Amino acid sequence: MIQFIVHDEDDSVGVVTVEGLKANDTLTGWIMDQDVLIDIKINQDIPIGHKLAIKDLNEDDTVIKYGVDIGRTVSKIAVGDHLHVHNVKTKRW
Amino acid sequence: MINLDQKIYGYRRDNNRVGIRNYVVILPVDDISNAACEAVSNNIKGTIALPHPYGRLQFGEDLDLHFRTMIGTGANPNVAAVVVIGIEPGWTQKIVDGIAATGKPVQGFSIEKKGDIQTIADASKAAYDMVHYASGLQREPCDISEIWVSTKCGESDTTSGFGSNPTVGNAFDKLYEKESTLLFGETSEITGGEHLVKARCANDAVADQFMFMFNRYQDMIERFKTDDLSDSQPTKGNIEGGLTTIEEKALGNIQKIGKKCVVDGVLDKAEMPTSKGLWFMDSSSAAAEMVTLCAASGYVAHLFPTGQGNIIGNPILPVIKICANPRTVRTMSEHVDVDVTALLKRDINMDQAGDMLLESLIHTSNGRMTAAEILGHQEFVLTRLYESA
Repeated sequence: MIQFIVHDEDDSVGVVTVEGLKANDTLTGWIMDQDVLIDIKINQDIPIGHKLAIKDLNEDDTVIKYGVDIGRTVSKIAVGDHLHVHNVKTKRW
Repeated sequence: MINLDQKIYGYRRDNNRVGIRNYVVILPVDDISNAACEAVSNNIKGTIALPHPYGRLQFGEDLDLHFRTMIGTGANPNVAAVVVIGIEPGWTQKIVDGIAATGKPVQGFSIEKKGDIQTIADASKAAYDMVHYASGLQREPCDISEIWVSTKCGESDTTSGFGSNPTVGNAFDKLYEKESTLLFGETSEITGGEHLVKARCANDAVADQFMFMFNRYQDMIERFKTDDLSDSQPTKGNIEGGLTTIEEKALGNIQKIGKKCVVDGVLDKAEMPTSKGLWFMDSSSAAAEMVTLCAASGYVAHLFPTGQGNIIGNPILPVIKICANPRTVRTMSEHVDVDVTALLKRDINMDQAGDMLLESLIHTSNGRMTAAEILGHQEFVLTRLYESA
């Protein structure tokens, strides 16, 4: 059973695709482009559709999804952390 | 693998364009003619009035866009015949003449020197004859490539980028191979992926036109923006659905143009394509505004992926909803035409999802009503460029 999806293995993030996931759950993810599975333990509750970090990121790092820049981190983010508007911002506008 | 060489059954119009619906439209030139149009539509069954709030004291490019939208809506092949009603004869006749170029029946009425009641009586008689005419038309076999197909997504979330948007992309790639006429837009929602769209343009001239439209929209946003773009880009719904930045939203958005389609041309708002292929139209990312522009550009079927559940429809352009979010499909199933949640469970692949969507497009083209049509969604929303004089 897949609980999150990653577009590409070089991405920094995956997306949760099931409801009701809690902190300390270990999730199985599918990396679409390489068609491989990975397991990651999440550090907070993460709602369906929201992102988890699959790589450790420092403050002011670039976040990669679809193999492309989707913004910058505004705090340190560890593997398994919920990654959203509280710790990532746009580089535009 | 779906057979795209099968015939669909549509309405072939005098200008050889194919429609998949057969409306008799009662079209107001301006806001103050809405009441007369709605009265005619109430008198004469089988007609549809398209009330809107504009058409007075507009000028320059904004007025040009108003005329393009009115004429394009009446000229759309999903429309069999049109009654146009305006407060005065000049602008009314201009819209009548624009629609008449398609060869379809169209008649104009103006209210000054007659009043509403006489105008409604005269226009109702014309509408009566048009319904007789339109209801006698028969569907006939047409090629799938004759169905012009537009796309725009709404209330997107991360499942849009993984599931419903690439499903449209897969369908677009297959339609493009059949030399269909396709369209995408949403200029602000390409921000962060503009280099990817530019690289897909057919040649330097098209790429330059695309970047001109892109930069023009960026300049407008820069002029008026607030810190967080007032929760409008991404929207509150997008953020609730897990999208964090405009860049992330844009990269999901452009999945809709597939992997193979080439951007063959660029249009300003409500302009009509002049050849087959994939067109980019400069447009708002607000659903009803964008889909209204697609209808005015002559598109007759619309593919609309949603994540959190945008419920939009259009009065003359059937909108097919595609969704990959299991929560949305569970809680809002009456709004979803094509359920591709199986993609996220790896139960189907993108090729199968694209075929499911094309099958729905064929059914819709043959006359089956979409969710938005059955639920009565008729959002007719005009784009304005600036204040009235």
